[in-house]
Amino acid sequence: MSDTIYRNGIFSANEWIILDDEADLPGDGKAMVSLDRFLELGGTAPEGLELGVVIRAGDKAERLVDHLAAVPVIAVDFPKFSDGRGYSSARLLREKFGYRGELRAIGDVLIDQIPFMIRCGIDSFEITHAPTRRALEEDRLNEVPIYLQPVGREGEVPLGTRPWARRRVA
Amino acid sequence: MYRYDEFDREFVLARVAQFSDQVRRRLAGDLTEEQFKPLRLMNGLYLQLHAYMLRVAVPYGTMNAVQMRKLAHIARKYDRGYGHFTTRQNIQFNWPRLDETPEILSELAEVEMHAIQTSGNCIRNVTADHFAGAAADEIADPRVYAEILRQWSSLHPEFSFLPRKFKIAITGAPHDRAAVQVHDIGLQLARNENGETGFIVYVGGGLGRTPMVGRKVRDFLPEADLLAYTEAILRVYNLYGRRDNKYKARIKILVHETGLEELKADIEREFEAIRGGILTLPKDEVDRIEAYFAAPAFKVPGDERLFDAAIETMPGFADFARQNLNAHRQPGYTSLTISLKPIGGAPGDASAEQMEVVADLAEKYGHNEIRVSHEQNLVLPHVLKSDVPAVYQVLKEHGLAEANAGLVTDIIACPGMDYCALATARSIPVAQRISERFGTPERQKEIGDLKIKISGCINACGHHHVGHIGILGVEKKGKEFYQITLGGSADEKSSIGEIVGRGFSYEEVVDAVETVVDTYLNIRNGEEEDFLQAYRRVGEAPFKEALYGTQ
Repeated sequence: MSDTIYRNGIFSANEWIILDDEADLPGDGKAMVSLDRFLELGGTAPEGLELGVVIRAGDKAERLVDHLAAVPVIAVDFPKFSDGRGYSSARLLREKFGYRGELRAIGDVLIDQIPFMIRCGIDSFEITHAPTRRALEEDRLNEVPIYLQPVGREGEVPLGTRPWARRRVA
Repeated sequence: MYRYDEFDREFVLARVAQFSDQVRRRLAGDLTEEQFKPLRLMNGLYLQLHAYMLRVAVPYGTMNAVQMRKLAHIARKYDRGYGHFTTRQNIQFNWPRLDETPEILSELAEVEMHAIQTSGNCIRNVTADHFAGAAADEIADPRVYAEILRQWSSLHPEFSFLPRKFKIAITGAPHDRAAVQVHDIGLQLARNENGETGFIVYVGGGLGRTPMVGRKVRDFLPEADLLAYTEAILRVYNLYGRRDNKYKARIKILVHETGLEELKADIEREFEAIRGGILTLPKDEVDRIEAYFAAPAFKVPGDERLFDAAIETMPGFADFARQNLNAHRQPGYTSLTISLKPIGGAPGDASAEQMEVVADLAEKYGHNEIRVSHEQNLVLPHVLKSDVPAVYQVLKEHGLAEANAGLVTDIIACPGMDYCALATARSIPVAQRISERFGTPERQKEIGDLKIKISGCINACGHHHVGHIGILGVEKKGKEFYQITLGGSADEKSSIGEIVGRGFSYEEVVDAVETVVDTYLNIRNGEEEDFLQAYRRVGEAPFKEALYGTQ
């Protein structure tokens, strides 16, 4: 866990905690729970507590579909930077199910994967890897800024007359 | 052929800059080798037995003379004067230095080449029929769709960290020269009853430890749905493919363990959600890409008496003309295979000088087009028949005129223990010894079409499972052993070869292959029945008996 979160180009305080399934729910604050626990709670939290969800690699994101309007934050876990399931989960949540809240990458989040995550709809990052943190602070995304395939992300515009090439504008 | 526009150029240059920064951070210690590995693999850079190996993409095996000369230059400047053409229509350099790779990539970018996604757990170079745009039996040019898939899959944000590598192949003709049924996705161009273009789609083919022939998931996928359907397959694979064991991580295992019908339903569900959306192929765009692959301005047929006379008078030419030419759709033209399998040579290797010779010939006689075949040969797809004697003469002067395309000495072999860190046995020397054993023109001609494929370990890079005769090198108690499989094939009637019995030592294996070949010669119904047909007719029994005696 990191006490800061990278979002909208800056690091700011991480207001969310991630609860183990065994831990009691706190009376107030902001807590993320596992998908199973979230669904057991029926998506509702005690008065004063805000609930978020952690989608682990292997979880089926579509199980959340009835609750998406009410969830302020979903964390997609990358247990290992080389485990790419989170990219599909993120695109499904954003593009197929229309999730509009914060979509956060947690786990083994490294600078070379962040541009891909952004394109899949992830908009905040928990960073524990020091060189990655340094690169973000210095605004070194090291991205190929031309995209040869469209995804559903807003803020990308077609390039010239090519139907699938894109460039980021936002 | 496809030409970069300003965006392709910017894309490739940005990729070089990105990779250069990754190399810099690796050398500075910001990236561990573990973190760097998938990044360098996505750019074709392997760490091998003796050195790094750089695999350069030749998209669907098509290039021009300028590009070939650049490869020759790289072979000379950064390697030991040669390169190795691969079964996925790419080229490998076996001796580059890590710190020189950004420079090599910059040089490649000058001629619209790169090493993007020639390795790693991502969508690899899309391969296609090496006679595309030339073959007489072609329905449509597969390179158009291979190029569309290449663009779509390049640095795909969702599919760059798949469970395992992912290979797509396309054939444009009913006779499959691209081995599509042994790819993760195999596409065969087809027309429906209304004359519309589309694809027969196979999923889950592959070789490796668990060889499988792909299963058909669509009889006809409309052209417009190509990208959406492919994305659906990839999404299902990315989410559900196994990640606990790299040997069970290919999509073929997912097909096998989930069951074809259930997996098909998963794919169709995902496809339904995105069909008709942003990935729909507009006809305009297909036409725009197709224009890049328009046939060259063919010349009027030359005087074919030159060709006929050479058959009579030029030593070796009759064999070459019979074996290394493929029927062209344009009258007066032929497609010419340049064998990279000289008798006793290392399959697929070409020297810098040979690459330049091929480049010159392509410019002078071949409308500036060169292909790499998955059988590790080169092809001049468009040559006037009347020019073939002149081309042959030049090839002969440079050790490139072996008249063995499709014959017993046209062997596919992986690099094996001579180069590869994974190999458990040598493959190249076995290929060389077999080639020498059967090397005379008379012997090769007598045997006819026969595909021998050799792998130096169970990862099967030499495609031994689909060799008519397959040879798998394994290590047993510190010694190399070679297992023989019979009856494999990678065409439109793909099959996995069957193990014929216990393996043979390095010393014995060539004799064993000769026993198999002689058995075939004894049982065949005349010269018309090739090895595979004969094997399919009689089964393994006579071969087993010849190899092991009555048991």
